[in-house]
Amino acid sequence: MSSKEHFLINNQPFYRPQGNEVVLYAAAYAARLPVMVKGPTGCGKSRFVEYMAWKLGRPLISVACNEDMTASDLVGRYLLDAGGTRWLDGPLTTAARIGAICYLDEIVEARQDTTVVIHPLTDHRRSLPLDKKGEVVAAHPDFQLVISYNPGYQSLMKDLKQSTKQRFTAFDFDYPEATLEAGIVANEAGIELALAAQLVKVAQAGRNLKGHGLDEGVSTRLVVYAANLVRQGVSAADACRMAMVRPITDDADIRATLDNAIDSILG
Amino acid sequence: MPIGLRPVSDARARTFADPQVQAAWSALDCGFAQVADVFEECVKEALAVLSASQFAAYIEAARGLGKLGRGAEPILVFLQIWPTVVATVRGDALAPVLDLVRAMQKSPNGGAIAGFLQTLAPVARRLQAIEQLELYLGLLRELMQRTSTSIHGRHITFPSPSLPVFCRQAPQLLGLLSLGGLRNWVDYGILSHATHPERQEEYFALQSADSRAILQRERHGTLFADVERKLELWLRALWREGELLVPYSTAPLTHGEIRQPMPYYDSQGMRVPDVLDDAMRAGGRVSGLDRYRAVLAHMVGHRRWSTPQIADNWSPFQRMAVEFFEDCRVELLLIRDYPGLRRVFLALHPHPAAAGCDPETTSCLRHRLAMFSRAALDPDHGYADPVLLDYVARLHALLEGGAAGTADVAALALSWVAKTRRQSDQYARIHFTDTVIDYRDDNRQLWRFIEEGDEEEAFDEPRRRTPAEETVGLPPRRYAEWDYRTQSYKPDWASVYEALHPSGEAAHIDRLLQRHAALARQLKRLLDILKPQDKVRLRYQEEGSELDLDVALRSLIDFRSGVTPDSRINMSHTTAGRNIAVMVLLDLSASLNQRVADGGQTVLELSQEAVSLLAWAIDHLGDPCAIAGFHSNTRHEVRFQHIKGFSERWDEAVKARVAAMQAGYSTRMGAALRHAGHYLAARRADKRILLLLTDGEPSDVDVEDGAYLRADAKRAVDELAAKGLTTFCLSLDRKADEYVREIFGQRWRVLDRIERLPEQLPMVYLNLTK
Ligand SMILES: Nc1ncnc2c1ncn2[C@@H]1O[C@H](COP(=O)(O)OP(=O)(O)O)[C@@H](O)[C@H]1O
Ligand SMILES: [Mg+2]
Repeated sequence: MSSKEHFLINNQPFYRPQGNEVVLYAAAYAARLPVMVKGPTGCGKSRFVEYMAWKLGRPLISVACNEDMTASDLVGRYLLDAGGTRWLDGPLTTAARIGAICYLDEIVEARQDTTVVIHPLTDHRRSLPLDKKGEVVAAHPDFQLVISYNPGYQSLMKDLKQSTKQRFTAFDFDYPEATLEAGIVANEAGIELALAAQLVKVAQAGRNLKGHGLDEGVSTRLVVYAANLVRQGVSAADACRMAMVRPITDDADIRATLDNAIDSILG
Repeated sequence: MPIGLRPVSDARARTFADPQVQAAWSALDCGFAQVADVFEECVKEALAVLSASQFAAYIEAARGLGKLGRGAEPILVFLQIWPTVVATVRGDALAPVLDLVRAMQKSPNGGAIAGFLQTLAPVARRLQAIEQLELYLGLLRELMQRTSTSIHGRHITFPSPSLPVFCRQAPQLLGLLSLGGLRNWVDYGILSHATHPERQEEYFALQSADSRAILQRERHGTLFADVERKLELWLRALWREGELLVPYSTAPLTHGEIRQPMPYYDSQGMRVPDVLDDAMRAGGRVSGLDRYRAVLAHMVGHRRWSTPQIADNWSPFQRMAVEFFEDCRVELLLIRDYPGLRRVFLALHPHPAAAGCDPETTSCLRHRLAMFSRAALDPDHGYADPVLLDYVARLHALLEGGAAGTADVAALALSWVAKTRRQSDQYARIHFTDTVIDYRDDNRQLWRFIEEGDEEEAFDEPRRRTPAEETVGLPPRRYAEWDYRTQSYKPDWASVYEALHPSGEAAHIDRLLQRHAALARQLKRLLDILKPQDKVRLRYQEEGSELDLDVALRSLIDFRSGVTPDSRINMSHTTAGRNIAVMVLLDLSASLNQRVADGGQTVLELSQEAVSLLAWAIDHLGDPCAIAGFHSNTRHEVRFQHIKGFSERWDEAVKARVAAMQAGYSTRMGAALRHAGHYLAARRADKRILLLLTDGEPSDVDVEDGAYLRADAKRAVDELAAKGLTTFCLSLDRKADEYVREIFGQRWRVLDRIERLPEQLPMVYLNLTK
């Protein structure tokens, strides 16, 4: 399971750069600096990391964080065995051992006591103590830690500690600019560029309401979803409603507004 | 603040520390003690909203109202509501309001002045624009004149029976009707019940059947006030416009007058009709909401793409043509961004018949322009006139080119005028049919007149928004009060002022807790029993206090059968599932200075002990808890004092505030309950408890009917229950029975000795789980 090849990305992921992030990331990796990718949900953070792992030829181990996650879920645990117990490495430990890029997605979702286990890996120590096992894993020279983080819906309770934040270099991501985003959507879902541009425009109408009744804008991911529905033969208007409006709001006024935006844009 | 009853002597002698307040007080020349009591707060609120000149006028107007010979009520109400009115209404409302007051004073209707002022703030909030407010004032004046009756042969006129009730209903009515609809409803009431004062009163109180029937009849169309948020969201989503929307009335100013006001925009916002009916047009039905959107979209187009032109050198015909052409240009640009708008525009845009106007007898300019406009927007216009087709093609070509602006399209329009000019254009008989495009604005922003100068623009007031977020002087929060006699709410009736409770010596409370150490221990034991009841079992724990056998077995089986087992085989318990927020509300009225039934301590001391132990206990339980006290001095001044915030711990600062508790004034319970509920409702918790410590029934110096405040308090409890808040009363008065039950139902207990707290507190908590 923990073989390095297993985590290598074989096919080039489709990724359109928004700026010079590819070069900057490569530099950060060369220096083995931990990286934090900030930005609203669904704007291409995970795709970017995947792409970089492929480009740098490194294995990638991704972990989607959630609030039930314990430190053991990252580090590893003892399992019952016929003859007693057996230790099983967690994803973080595996990554440190084999020299993978470890990507902790939506890190704020994890509880803070879970988050602190990454600290020794992100400073000069570059090591991971396995307290229960009584072992200290020295990170492989190729190991790198990447976290993603959505500053948008962070509340007072869900924010990264300064002591965690200050261990990372960071990228600020946002939804791609309209033409770029349309290109991404057309390519991802295999639809016409003109239609993709209309879908993006609907998404932008939704994004304009961020802070005016919506906590988050409409993500690129949702635009891609809508495009996929269209590919399945769903009408563009229905696809927009289903993928870009209904998921993000229960507010009747906002729904009516975005439904009208859809009709206005699709003509 | 003095504690106790207010002095009876002339209040002119009152002095204020703040020189500004003192100056205003002297200028007010007012002897009412009630006014003196609230004056400082009023002034602070007013200063936050009013300019210097507005403030001077405010004081001057109030001074006049204090000398009407109608008691303190008119001046009191005015002082309190006026800043809100000014902040809500765009434009100067003082002169027309005072005009009406004078008219009422001169007529036998002076008694209605206070009532009229009382609902002015909610009415203003609904109407927003000064023009609308003036129409409302006109309507009141008309109602007053037409319903004040004089009996033939005697020189006595009787006050209007309907004016006071109407004023009271006005906020509610305006929630349902446009001003035009309201006028019709009022008209009907006057005409059918002119000679029956009682029936008239019933009609205007919305109590008679015909009154409700006419209300339904007049309720039509889409009211701006109901779709305002939708429109604001729409402007933002599609156009990133955060422009202010201001309604104007579609009601005729006077009887028989036909007024066709048009939308327009200026530096203060976009002006739109207060109501729009669904439109049945050749193209089908267009909803009121879509009509609003068309109106707004058109104005957005001008705001984005139109530049003002110098009007002086052009004839009226030329200007009209330029307007039509420019209107088409911006709409084509709008459609380019949002193709779906074409359908709405075309559904609303007239489609004049090509042969609809006879150029031999009639001026056909408008007709030609309307056809041109249709053809510009509608690919299927069906016209064949080569000149028209040519100019439509030229307009489209201009837009294709990209950079064309207002000036380019104006040049095209002038050329069109020259090309299509006819002798008959000058005729007095003008063809109007099918030429009015009612979603378009009046284009006032399209023109600059050099001769007249641009002063108008230069002197436009800066935009004013309600200073909602401003905490300067903490403006009061107003609550409606329930009047059981009319079975209706009196809007904005009680004013609640907030402040932080003063501090005393924290050590006093520590000593007090020490004195009751035994009691505290008893309480603590009790709470420890209470606590585990809320324990939740947390399963699937990696580490925990016990092995969860079920899960462990399952894991073992998984493991034996070669599947990766779940290692979360433990469970633990937590009390975190307990999710209660408590707000303790203390009655701090003067009666707390009395001794408790069996002598010894005062009720205040008992309350102080109780709240200390309570707060200590709740803090021990770990539930978020806030404490506040209240008392009142008429509905104009309900004071709400924060003692502990939800996020504060039971610490020195809080104890210091409890130590400084003092009793004075009266008990306006409903307003205080609502205000406390306002804070508690904002908490996210499964159970939210409002715990009231009081010694007596609600009362206040401006209310004689005790049942009124009791009914209102009960109503407040019901309102809170509807919001999911549980209100519980600990009565410090053993004799309290009837009224407590009336207000709180089953949720109350008597706490006449502090020793009974351990007995009663669990009741509060247990009561909730029922
Ligand atoms: N720059 C980009 N290049 C290619 N695809 C992108 C890009 N940005 C966003 N996407 C699309 O958006 C989707 C969501 O992106 P993802 O990386 O999962 O978002 P995040 O991790 O920020 O929540 C991806 O699956 C992909 O289809
Ligand atoms: Mg116009």
